[in-house]
Amino acid sequence: MTCEMATFFSVSVIFAVLLVLTALYCILATRNLIRILIGMELMTKAVTLLLAVGGYVSHQMAVAQTYIITLIVLEVVVIAIAAAIVIGSHKHNNDMDAGRMNNLKG
Amino acid sequence: MPVLLVLVPLAAVLILNLPLHRIMCRFAFWIGVILCLVQALLVIQLPNAVWNGPCQVAIRLLRVTPAVDNLSLVMFLSIAIVTFVTLLVARYTISDCGKLFNFTNLVILAMAGMNGLVMANDLFSLYVFLEVAAVASFILIAFDREKDAFEGTFKYIVMSAVATAMILSAIGLMMTVTGSMSFNVLSSVMKTDGGNPVILLSAALLLGGLFIKSGLIPFHGWLPDAYSAAPSATSVLLAGIVTKTTGVYALIRVVTMMHLHSHTMQTLILVVATLSIVIAAFAALGQSDFKRMLAYSSISQVGYIILGLGVGTPLALAGAAFHLFNHAIFKTLLFVNAATVEKQSGTRNMDTLGGVSDKMPVTGFTSVIAFLSTAGIPPLSGFWSKLIIIVAAWKAGFHWYAFIAILASLLTLAYFLSMQRRVFFGKLASGLEDLKEGNPWVLIPACMLAAITIGLGLCIPWLFGSFLLPIRSIL
Amino acid sequence: MIFDFDTMYVVLLALLLSAAVWTVMTSHLLKSAIGLAVTSVVLTLILFLLKASLAGVFELSVCAGLITVVFISAISLTKPVAEAEAREMKMKRLKRFIFLPILLLIAGWLLRNRMIHLTHPVQAAADAATTVQQALWSGRRFDLVGQILIILAGIFGIIVLFKTKDCVDDKEKKQ
Repeated sequence: MTCEMATFFSVSVIFAVLLVLTALYCILATRNLIRILIGMELMTKAVTLLLAVGGYVSHQMAVAQTYIITLIVLEVVVIAIAAAIVIGSHKHNNDMDAGRMNNLKG
Repeated sequence: MPVLLVLVPLAAVLILNLPLHRIMCRFAFWIGVILCLVQALLVIQLPNAVWNGPCQVAIRLLRVTPAVDNLSLVMFLSIAIVTFVTLLVARYTISDCGKLFNFTNLVILAMAGMNGLVMANDLFSLYVFLEVAAVASFILIAFDREKDAFEGTFKYIVMSAVATAMILSAIGLMMTVTGSMSFNVLSSVMKTDGGNPVILLSAALLLGGLFIKSGLIPFHGWLPDAYSAAPSATSVLLAGIVTKTTGVYALIRVVTMMHLHSHTMQTLILVVATLSIVIAAFAALGQSDFKRMLAYSSISQVGYIILGLGVGTPLALAGAAFHLFNHAIFKTLLFVNAATVEKQSGTRNMDTLGGVSDKMPVTGFTSVIAFLSTAGIPPLSGFWSKLIIIVAAWKAGFHWYAFIAILASLLTLAYFLSMQRRVFFGKLASGLEDLKEGNPWVLIPACMLAAITIGLGLCIPWLFGSFLLPIRSIL
Repeated sequence: MIFDFDTMYVVLLALLLSAAVWTVMTSHLLKSAIGLAVTSVVLTLILFLLKASLAGVFELSVCAGLITVVFISAISLTKPVAEAEAREMKMKRLKRFIFLPILLLIAGWLLRNRMIHLTHPVQAAADAATTVQQALWSGRRFDLVGQILIILAGIFGIIVLFKTKDCVDDKEKKQ
């Protein structure tokens, strides 16, 4: 484990953490449902970056690539279903406001 | 051999969707029921050697050798029973044949995902099948396309995505230290190198993600909405087994496989468990929606299971596993009764219901059995599992936690008595004069679950040696 | 300018972060979706730099392509807000989102000195010479079963959530 690799890893982790903070800020500070989905997608990007860095550092790039490919397939299905939910909710409310979604309380 | 539990449901779904729609529509329900019954029978009947023997199909086709221990067998049995009950309740509440076909397919897919999760011996496979079960449950919650259901599903999706991101970041960080994600390798790495800050950070992220999936306080934001807004049959599946498999079982697997028994981790788990038990019990006291109260009660009971996990001794783990099975049984029974009451009377509001037990005697009686078991009244099964957890906590020196757990039991009794009085006993509320008992599709699973609760509770002295103590083999 | 690995890597990371910040802060929803596609493209470049070419191709075609199409169709299927309301929402947004770059700068400065120390990685039995195809098809076949299951679940989800018999019911009501 060389010093450069440790620096590389630390820099990557810092940027990944900043990306996750951006995504979390997007999810928390918006009232539009589709922006929440965009925030979820940005979190996936951060995680892809972390997986790629993990594979690079431990010289297991082939395994890390299989993880990334599987992750991409799973995320596509999740985003598709989430978009379907948003569209369905829009048909009910005629509104993209996440603030209206507080019917269930307690 | 266990791999068939994933491949056969997959094959069933593929066969059911061949273009012979008119015939398949009627068969779908029965094929689902047969799959569940076969799985339950296999767990009860087959000896351990056959489960763990080398399976040619698995090795040549899938290159995987799942290791099945007693905890996995308990999970397989719970999955089979709860899925069977879900299909029967779905038959009762959904009348349209096409919708029932879609529902059955999704339930079979969820069952395949949960079976895969239980037999995963690799952290990434655990994540993949966790996602499969989660996606199936998203769709099942939004099945009726009601407004509240969309809200519940959306909250669940967002929090599940955050949990997924945390679990995957943990996997990515751990890959830098260890090359592979299989539980054996991770276990040996934890033994030699446990103090590494990267490992600790990834363990904390992993625990955080799994706490969100289990619905523990303070990560429970999605749970009451998702459980109460979902259609009745989906609530049965969710509360009965999905949250437990994807959250609690994964937590138990990760914590025991990775030996996360350092003092800080243990305190963290114990504190989260105790907070869940107490705060959820208080929240359940103030609910007027039947299913929402049951959702908070679920959080409280899952807190007991995690308390057993946090204590960490073999006896505590045996108690946790037993409570997991018991909770699957009695929580499912409670949600089945809620489904019956909702379908027959049309409302979930406990303030407008009353005296239902006069018109629906079977539902009232099984509901009494279920809530006595939840509150831990002897000689029902819930009493034994709670007793084992509390005794194990006391013996391990965690006196305060055991004391709080006992007090919370009284709270459980309080809110369930209040529910029972408001809904089932008392005077018959206005507008409920022509209330009828539910039809046999829902009464048979209710009686079956009540019988399991009573039987397991009465026979536990005989079953203690054969059922519980072998669970210590997972340590 | 030296085009060595480290410089390119840091430049691409900074580009990734700025694309993400632009995606979050921009007010128009379509621009946000395009920003997501741009972020995916930059991530693909990073993956190619780290010699993960197959994953990079997947990321480009699926995330920068398919998911952007899903987002744009979701945006177009839901009604956009009226013009005056949009201007008012834009002002409110800027007030809320102005904190984001400041937050990121503070977080970046705080984390600057956190060097995470890595010890020697444990070389598992897998040799480094396996290609991605071998790893995927023989190492992780069980996950492929999981992928098939989730794709089936996704298909059922789209059928359940979208297929309506409303047109039939409407016709019956009219008659």
